[in-house]
Amino acid sequence: MDIHEYQAKELLAGFGVAIPRGGVAYSPEQAVYRATEIGGTRWAVKAQIHSGARGKAGGIKVCTSEDEVRQAAKALLGKRLVTHQTGPEGRVVHRLYVEAAVPIERELYVGFVLDRKSERIMIVAHPHGGMEIEELTEREPETIIRSVVEPAVGMTPFQAREIAFALGLRAGDVNRAVTTLLGCYRAFRDLDATMVEINPLVLTTDGQLLTLDAKMTFDDNALFRRPNVSELRDYAEEDPKESQAGEYGINYVALDGEIGCIVNGAGLAMATMDLIQHAGSSPANFLDVGGGASPDKVTNAFRLVLADPKVKAVLVNIFAGINRCDWVAQGVVQAVRELRPPVPLVVRLAGTNVEDGRRILRDSGLQLVTADTLTEAAERVVAALKATGRKTGNAKA
Amino acid sequence: MSILIDDKTRVIIQGFTGDKGTFHGREMLAYGTNLVGGVTPGKGGHRHLDRPVFHTVKEAVRATGAEASLIFVPAAFCADAIMEAADAGIRLVVAITDGIPAQDMMMVKRYLFRYARDRKTMLVGPNCAGIISPGKAMMGIMPGHIYMKGKVGLVTRSGTLGYEAASQMKALGIGVSTSVGIGGDPINGSSFVDVLRLFEEDAETEAVMMIGEIGGPQEAEAARFFLEHGRKPVIGYVAGLSAPKGRRMGHAGAIIRAFGESAAEKVEIMREAGITVAASPAELGSTIAKALSTGAKRVAVPT
Repeated sequence: MDIHEYQAKELLAGFGVAIPRGGVAYSPEQAVYRATEIGGTRWAVKAQIHSGARGKAGGIKVCTSEDEVRQAAKALLGKRLVTHQTGPEGRVVHRLYVEAAVPIERELYVGFVLDRKSERIMIVAHPHGGMEIEELTEREPETIIRSVVEPAVGMTPFQAREIAFALGLRAGDVNRAVTTLLGCYRAFRDLDATMVEINPLVLTTDGQLLTLDAKMTFDDNALFRRPNVSELRDYAEEDPKESQAGEYGINYVALDGEIGCIVNGAGLAMATMDLIQHAGSSPANFLDVGGGASPDKVTNAFRLVLADPKVKAVLVNIFAGINRCDWVAQGVVQAVRELRPPVPLVVRLAGTNVEDGRRILRDSGLQLVTADTLTEAAERVVAALKATGRKTGNAKA
Repeated sequence: MSILIDDKTRVIIQGFTGDKGTFHGREMLAYGTNLVGGVTPGKGGHRHLDRPVFHTVKEAVRATGAEASLIFVPAAFCADAIMEAADAGIRLVVAITDGIPAQDMMMVKRYLFRYARDRKTMLVGPNCAGIISPGKAMMGIMPGHIYMKGKVGLVTRSGTLGYEAASQMKALGIGVSTSVGIGGDPINGSSFVDVLRLFEEDAETEAVMMIGEIGGPQEAEAARFFLEHGRKPVIGYVAGLSAPKGRRMGHAGAIIRAFGESAAEKVEIMREAGITVAASPAELGSTIAKALSTGAKRVAVPT
């Protein structure tokens, strides 16, 4: 789960990480109020969306008067920002963060991640933070500072000092950097984060070390024990169909293709997508119904898939272990009766209770194509798709 | 022979009296697994599926001599259950549970280091289908009838894709020595390399089918292991070639990203190491049939 910059800053501040003064705003008036509350003469008005690279996309405006703050807020609220992290559809801005703009001497980069190779928390840092960090580290990977945390002990002060000196900080600034680094680590550990990133961490001309932008991502599997984190969820930032799927207990990701997929298991779901592509078509979605799929859950999976207007055929591919083919078949029958899919449907069942499942489909009297193997399933769904393509072609002619 | 489990392995189930423990316990007994008991704290002293129930793993080990434990304990308590099994001297722990917090797994793996090599616990999973040595024993949630006994070792991240491979192989008359599901979580107990090493040493395993997926370094590490130590042919597949680049937050992921984490890069690395990679998930069985019929010890690099 992702959260907004201002939420991450609030959390990190609770762990001793220094941040500039700021406040959240939902309207231009509120933005102006925040600016006067903060004081000073320069403010940054920042669009709050779940993405980095907002600066490049025009989502951050530096203002020097209340009127500029009002204009900036007006321009940003409701605007759709597209960054290389949002995908082409972008994100609509609903919240702003108004912050004291600080005089920057140096920008640094600090990130905490769950490293799959060492299977530990890893700190990555770079003496040159800012918007070009990815290009920079790709060009000069040897300049990346890395440090791995021993989980039984946690991050040690000496590790933090090593990183601070490697970042080229003056001796007088090192202690503040250590406080920030250890604070980020404790936040990561205590809140079950999977990513904490400060980019940039800035040294100001008046000698402060401040977190100018912060991002945090959390382990979905641990949200049950982090109620103060899960309440920060912003549903407006999530794909509505994916949130709906989440409520059904289904893992769904929309794609661009034309064959809707209903599969059990993430690996088999990906393999089914690969197979469709291999057979010359394209998958409309990734969908994993998970284990113990009841008839209702299968019907809900159909609801999600059929809501996509690009879907021209549906392939159900279930290899039941912990699932039961008879339940899935009941779900298919229920879904077809309730939802009356306007597109051809191919069902492949295998595994636990497969004979019962096939019998239920046969006895239902419904118009569906069945397949026993993966190869048959792919061939039949692509053939069904081509047949509907011909039909539409004829209708047009 | 087989690896990890056979008909003599004394198995217990943690989370024995729950729905999943009961259903799969019954299936395992029907398959012939030597299930000697189970653990549910608070229900010790009862009998379940005609087997004794214990409060703690240590009691179960003392009374039954259990060597292996299958875990169905809910995600929030699963790390604790794994560590309890390790501390009780269980040598093989298979965790079926999905949804364990990543930092819990980090702690578990650190905990398992504390034991000397000769009494170390091997953890398989979590979020996996388990292990089956066809015709001998089943320790997991797979449908046992889709596996034929034979000489191909099977190791997969995904449970259902492993079923797919086993059934395609059975349709062609190819059997499995042992199938191990290592699970799909970012931090898991045993890697492809851990299982490949066991298959290399197993006299009855003649070839290995390894099914990976997008993300993580384990397929690339397995390819490197195969290049250096592999004597038996390995046939691979990687799911996720058609998966789009996900949305993401921040730069950290991109900065630490190593070559070999996308499906296409994994296929490239595996092929370069001399692993035959099936082009489509419908060709898992036929690809291994072809590799077996050529009798190649180390299959030539296809270009």
